[in-house]
Amino acid sequence: MTKKYNKYRTRINNKIFDIVVYAILLGVAIITIVPFLQVATISLSPAHVASSYGLHLFPKEIDLNGYKSILRYKTIWTSYGNTIMRTVLGTGISMILYVTGAYPLAKKYLPHRKFWTLFVIFTMYFSGGMIPMYLLINNWLKISNTIWALVLPGAMSAYNLIIVRNFFESIPDSLEESARIDGANDITILFKIIIPLSKPCLATVSLWCIVAHWNSWFDCMLYMKEESKYVLQYTLQRILIDGQVQDINLVDVVVNTDSMKMAALMVSIIPIIIVYPFIQKYFTSGVMIGAVKG
Amino acid sequence: MSKVKSMEKMERKKRKKKDISILQQYYKCRYLFFLLIPTIVYFVIFHYVPMYGVIIAFKEFYPLKGIMGSEWIGLANFKKLFTGVYFLPVLRNTLIISFAKLIVGFPMPIILSILLNEVRCKWFKKGVQTIAYLPHFIGWVLLAGIVQQVLSPSTGMVNYLIQQFGGEPIFFMGSKAWFRPIVVLSSIWRNCGWQSVIFMAAIMGIDSQLYEAADLDGAGRLQKIMHVTLPCIIPTIIIMFIFAIGGVMNDDFDQIYNMLNARVMSVGDVIGTYTYRVGLQQMDYGYATAVGLFKNVIALILITTSNFFSRKLSGSSLW
Repeated sequence: MTKKYNKYRTRINNKIFDIVVYAILLGVAIITIVPFLQVATISLSPAHVASSYGLHLFPKEIDLNGYKSILRYKTIWTSYGNTIMRTVLGTGISMILYVTGAYPLAKKYLPHRKFWTLFVIFTMYFSGGMIPMYLLINNWLKISNTIWALVLPGAMSAYNLIIVRNFFESIPDSLEESARIDGANDITILFKIIIPLSKPCLATVSLWCIVAHWNSWFDCMLYMKEESKYVLQYTLQRILIDGQVQDINLVDVVVNTDSMKMAALMVSIIPIIIVYPFIQKYFTSGVMIGAVKG
Repeated sequence: MSKVKSMEKMERKKRKKKDISILQQYYKCRYLFFLLIPTIVYFVIFHYVPMYGVIIAFKEFYPLKGIMGSEWIGLANFKKLFTGVYFLPVLRNTLIISFAKLIVGFPMPIILSILLNEVRCKWFKKGVQTIAYLPHFIGWVLLAGIVQQVLSPSTGMVNYLIQQFGGEPIFFMGSKAWFRPIVVLSSIWRNCGWQSVIFMAAIMGIDSQLYEAADLDGAGRLQKIMHVTLPCIIPTIIIMFIFAIGGVMNDDFDQIYNMLNARVMSVGDVIGTYTYRVGLQQMDYGYATAVGLFKNVIALILITTSNFFSRKLSGSSLW
């Protein structure tokens, strides 16, 4: 009798527990997504709706003027191009450096291996800071106002390099030895054996590079002097935060700046939201790789 | 006498042999080392040269004179740091915001990952994860725009709800009382989901036999969380906590720069934004470098000591 009662009670408890868990998680999801819904709605709404009070979760009236005026703004297009260019170039350079750098560090017979690893890891814990970096780029290397100022300084991070190295280390040595017996040297082994085997890890790290390039703006603000060289995020920042949007719609009918700002926001977010669900698993698998050994 | 000489000779020979053997080692691995060279060059130029550049913190630096040509002024910049009226409030803001983020924000991803682990319904779990990770992939420029929109006193939804419940609309972004909570909450909003990934990984690594044993002992689900899941992920929690402590001095520049405005300067100005303003807008290079150096040294000390204590107390550490 009591046994049956106990079983019944645990079942009830489990139900309550489940309800609480699901409710909290649903709350988390809603809180995360709702601001995006509002942004999307405002970007699609005519001025009188956008400036009125309300939750604005779903557009009631569609009006594309916000998008029209933002897409007429030439800098949006050039900066879109610049962002794509820096992302492609920067990710390419980074991946070449990660692969070539991680492979020797993964090899136990590299002389002074410990020293070279520390040489890299030390940069994780100490850095020169903002000003010496600025002086380096601007005054000594003199690469400011070129794309190299956006691509080279952040080309590698010690953290990612160590992640790639750890993955390389996990590849069994026997594969390599058999290739070596066939007369392959380190470079052929790297390209013929190691890289094909590490695709998941390399995909993850390159996705991180892409995201970082897509979202960065501060380097552009520091080093780029002409509007034609701005990257997307910096242009958006000028539109969103500095409110420099006024000068671009002097010619036309008054468009609500709110919906225009939000349209600008959407223009940059949409590609991320479209691609993101498909590649999300690579991002998370990368964290798992990193979690194995820090 | 001759014995000593011959011993010296042998010693020299030994040393010579060792030198050669190191060169030989490198020669033997020349392809391997050749691959490492770009990495070394990169880290030297973009990490170690700026570290060397830190010495301008001790100089009256003029770009035209260069580092070597500029005059030594010793610790004058650091003296200015601690006696001036600007730096200490900035340091206070940084610490308040960072510690608030740490105290409120650190447990969140742990709770989230444990809750997600309790979900049996696959699509629900996946959906929540996908949504929760999303803001991490969007930069602060855009997120700050979104936050501003949502909190706007005239059209934002938060103020709409406040008014529906009979409150007065609040100008969150311009309010000294609200700015720090907004910074902390929006940072949690962005990062909580993504940070839970690492704890999810740790939870998945737990041996399922432990849960079965707990089942046999008649443990409820809450008890299993408290006595199996949590103890098993403690090492991960500690490692992440060390990282978080090390990051206390690293204000999130991207976030705060994009949210800061003149009204809330007194509560929101942090080391990053201050360094940028003083160094790159007012061109006071030496002083701004001193600010940055101070920050980096404190961060280094913090991470080393917390690592030390965690190794002493629990055996898990970064190195």
